[in-house]
Amino acid sequence: MTLTLAILIASLAVYSWKFFGYLVPQRLLGKPMVARIASLLTVALLSALLATQAMTSQSEIVFDGRLVAVAVAALLLKLRAPFLVVVVAAAAVAALLQAVGF
Amino acid sequence: MSLGVGIATGLYGISFGALAVAAGLEIWQAQLLSILMFSGGSQFAFIGVVATGGVASLPAAIASAWLLGIRNGFYALQMKPLLGSLGWRTPIAAQLNIDETTGVATAQSNLPDTRKGFWLTGIYVFVFWNLLTLFGSLLGSSIGDPSAFGLDAAAAAAFLGLLWPRLKALQPIVVATAAAVIAVLLTPVLSPGLPILVAALAAVIVGGLNLFKPKMQAGEVQ
Repeated sequence: MTLTLAILIASLAVYSWKFFGYLVPQRLLGKPMVARIASLLTVALLSALLATQAMTSQSEIVFDGRLVAVAVAALLLKLRAPFLVVVVAAAAVAALLQAVGF
Repeated sequence: MSLGVGIATGLYGISFGALAVAAGLEIWQAQLLSILMFSGGSQFAFIGVVATGGVASLPAAIASAWLLGIRNGFYALQMKPLLGSLGWRTPIAAQLNIDETTGVATAQSNLPDTRKGFWLTGIYVFVFWNLLTLFGSLLGSSIGDPSAFGLDAAAAAAFLGLLWPRLKALQPIVVATAAAVIAVLLTPVLSPGLPILVAALAAVIVGGLNLFKPKMQAGEVQ
């Protein structure tokens, strides 16, 4: 599979949800359990992506400066810093730690 | 309000663009995602999986993006009765059905403002998200080694930023913790991208059985 084909398929897959919501009757998806799983699914996926991005390299578990960067990001989020500031600060911390060999 | 949300959202398009090219996408491929997929969480998920797993992980990248897009379906469900009869505009409304448009629209106190909020926010976010994706990918492609600039940590921070506002109750915190542990522990044993999909089961189990549920207040709905 090429990257471009994957982008097209994934985009269509995401769009299918968006369009699906306009087609199905409320009572089918309006059930509390369905809504609860959907919202927790977002949480689980984001957290899994965060963790693998911060703590793995290829197929290994690695603890390095990225964890410190994520901790700084968490602190900034707690202080209600804007998204871009959080992302740039994390990048800066990780780059700095990498430069000094951590 | 719509313009402000559009600009603020667009700004994190910069990080998306930069991370997309760091993950190995061409500038036009990053743009394709911002035009066609147009859903921040799914886009970050797609490039996040590709960044760690390469071409072998493309099926998992598609599945992650798709599963993260599920909430857009619920936003559509919420918006449908508010937007009225859409006719030929339905496919356009569907594409604009994301966190920000639903957020602004449902925060309005009357129907005309709700509709105006939805469309204006949708158009502004689409324009700024795409412009700043381009800016970010151009910026990213002028950088050599992404890890030297901490871009992998930036991706992790981006996921944390998207996750943060959702961690307000015990249930999502338990799911987030379990998913993170599962995904990391399975990384050495499963092929790239799969640990993330297995971690998603934490949501199905906790949500399906309604474990760690919040205590209901009297008279509260759901």
